[in-house]
Amino acid sequence: MKPKQSSVLPGFGLTLGVTLVYLSVIVLIPLAAVFLKTTSLSFSQFWDIATAPRVLASYRLSFGASLLAAAINAVFGLMLAWALVRYTFPGKQMVDALIDLPFALPTAVAGIALTALYAKNGLLGQYLDPLGVQVAFQPLGVLVALTFIGLPFVVRTVQPILEDLDTELEEAAASLGAQRWQTFRMVVLPIVFPALLTGFALAFARAVGEYGSVIFIAGNVPMVSEITPLMIITKLEQYDYPGATAIAVVMLTFSFVLLLAINGLQAWTAKRTGREH
Amino acid sequence: MKDIRQHLVLCLFAGALAVAPGAHAQQSLLNVSYDPTRELYQDFNAAFAKYWTAKTGQAVTIKQSHGGSGKQARAVIDGLEADVVTLALAYDIDALHEKGKLIPADWQKRLPHNSAPYTSTIVLLVRKGNPKAIRDWNDLVRPGVEVVTPNPKTSGGARWNYLAAWGYALRQPGGNDASAREFVRKLFANVKVLDSGARGSLTTFTERGMGDVLISWENEAYLATKELGPDKFEIITPSLSILAEPPVSVVDKVADKRGTRSVATAYLEYLYSPEGQDISGKHYYRPRDAKVAARYAKQFATVKLFTVDEVFGGWQKAHATHFAEGAIYDQISVSR
Repeated sequence: MKPKQSSVLPGFGLTLGVTLVYLSVIVLIPLAAVFLKTTSLSFSQFWDIATAPRVLASYRLSFGASLLAAAINAVFGLMLAWALVRYTFPGKQMVDALIDLPFALPTAVAGIALTALYAKNGLLGQYLDPLGVQVAFQPLGVLVALTFIGLPFVVRTVQPILEDLDTELEEAAASLGAQRWQTFRMVVLPIVFPALLTGFALAFARAVGEYGSVIFIAGNVPMVSEITPLMIITKLEQYDYPGATAIAVVMLTFSFVLLLAINGLQAWTAKRTGREH
Repeated sequence: MKDIRQHLVLCLFAGALAVAPGAHAQQSLLNVSYDPTRELYQDFNAAFAKYWTAKTGQAVTIKQSHGGSGKQARAVIDGLEADVVTLALAYDIDALHEKGKLIPADWQKRLPHNSAPYTSTIVLLVRKGNPKAIRDWNDLVRPGVEVVTPNPKTSGGARWNYLAAWGYALRQPGGNDASAREFVRKLFANVKVLDSGARGSLTTFTERGMGDVLISWENEAYLATKELGPDKFEIITPSLSILAEPPVSVVDKVADKRGTRSVATAYLEYLYSPEGQDISGKHYYRPRDAKVAARYAKQFATVKLFTVDEVFGGWQKAHATHFAEGAIYDQISVSR
């Protein structure tokens, strides 16, 4: 759809107005308050807080684990969505409903459940511990928690696209002599890729900000398993509001740039494959 | 028409009732406390409600809220309407004065014993049989010993832990600030999990099986051995520890606004009564009252204690030197 056509539709002014007001009230004003709070710091103070060694270590863990978790979810979420759309099997409704559970579960419950499961005396942890694999109270635990909470985002964004995708396309590819892998790579993947990117971005964004579930399983050891939201909470508990917002600003900026890049990539691939939204 | 008028009158009447803080209205108190006092105040609240009704004829319900001491203080400053606070250390109640102007500066002088109706200390909890042979503080810095403690940045109990270890190191032969700092650095390098509050650490150590030793409130350690079975854990009382004085205060601004000052004051004073002291002894706090303390003396090991004032010159100084942004705790946690 070309932009100039939209003016032909009635209500453009109204909907754009509502969009801007709504975005301002719900998103921009609270975020502006965060940025405003940091202005009580001088730039060198801001820089010292935002680049303290412990804080830098927390960025590495938070952004690294979030990207990795989103990537894992992109792979397995796509498989799950594929299985749910393409096949019928007993208990399919159940599986479909289960996928949304990480959405619904209070994050603290998820965190405690995962910790109990993966602690070295836990249901899974007792078998992993002899192998020398420690999940709970390690950075690996953070990854597990973030993967858990991010899964529904990928499945739910890819699912409708796969449902729209006619099996005829794949049949046509097959009849023209394409291998299964070729069909997947050259027919299916380009079509679902923009949606997959959206799911990846959502899962990533959610993971970066996640606190409740991670805090129980992380161990929270300085320089090793502290996530950035914990650094913010720690500052708050010392009544250091400007310090807390300084780290929040860095996080927001990072996240915004990454999300913008992912959106850009998505628009680009959509255009390239001729499927614009 | 008549119906509507009746209805209106009823509404007005109900409204007036809700506004009037009359003597007949049900009194309620919110006690904002720190992590391990849940059981203590459950018992104490029931006892106080009975006492208050017998004395005044008023019914009183007491709600309690628990969490890391620092977090709780911040919640009160940010507007949680606590009539009384019963926190882990004086620094957190000081903050109610400094950051929130909710109480006067001299709050700690308003009740006996620095406003701390019961005391406790810091002990070491180990697994049954003491497999790592932990006898005293200096065993915690041995390589290969895994320590569990809450985070001193967020937990009042953990600050007592940290200061107890520091004070121990300082009083060793040849001990000075530099050796104490190195001791505490080594100790925290052995910490494998830092929960935000004391109860979280207890769970990590007991339920999740993490660590060889938990640095813990004495009362929490006794509770754990009682609740979870003496066949699983042992309490090691170190040769020297800190006298932990968890203080209490009425939150003046809130109490005046809600008209609860008299019941809130009576609530805290009741903590000092023989009944209140007895309840604290039952929950493994050390009572201040000499008579009550004598009754509970045999449940506690004798331990040499020092105070924050003696070794650190008070909480404000201790905080500035050790726990403030960029202070010693921050420095040692970077150089792990």
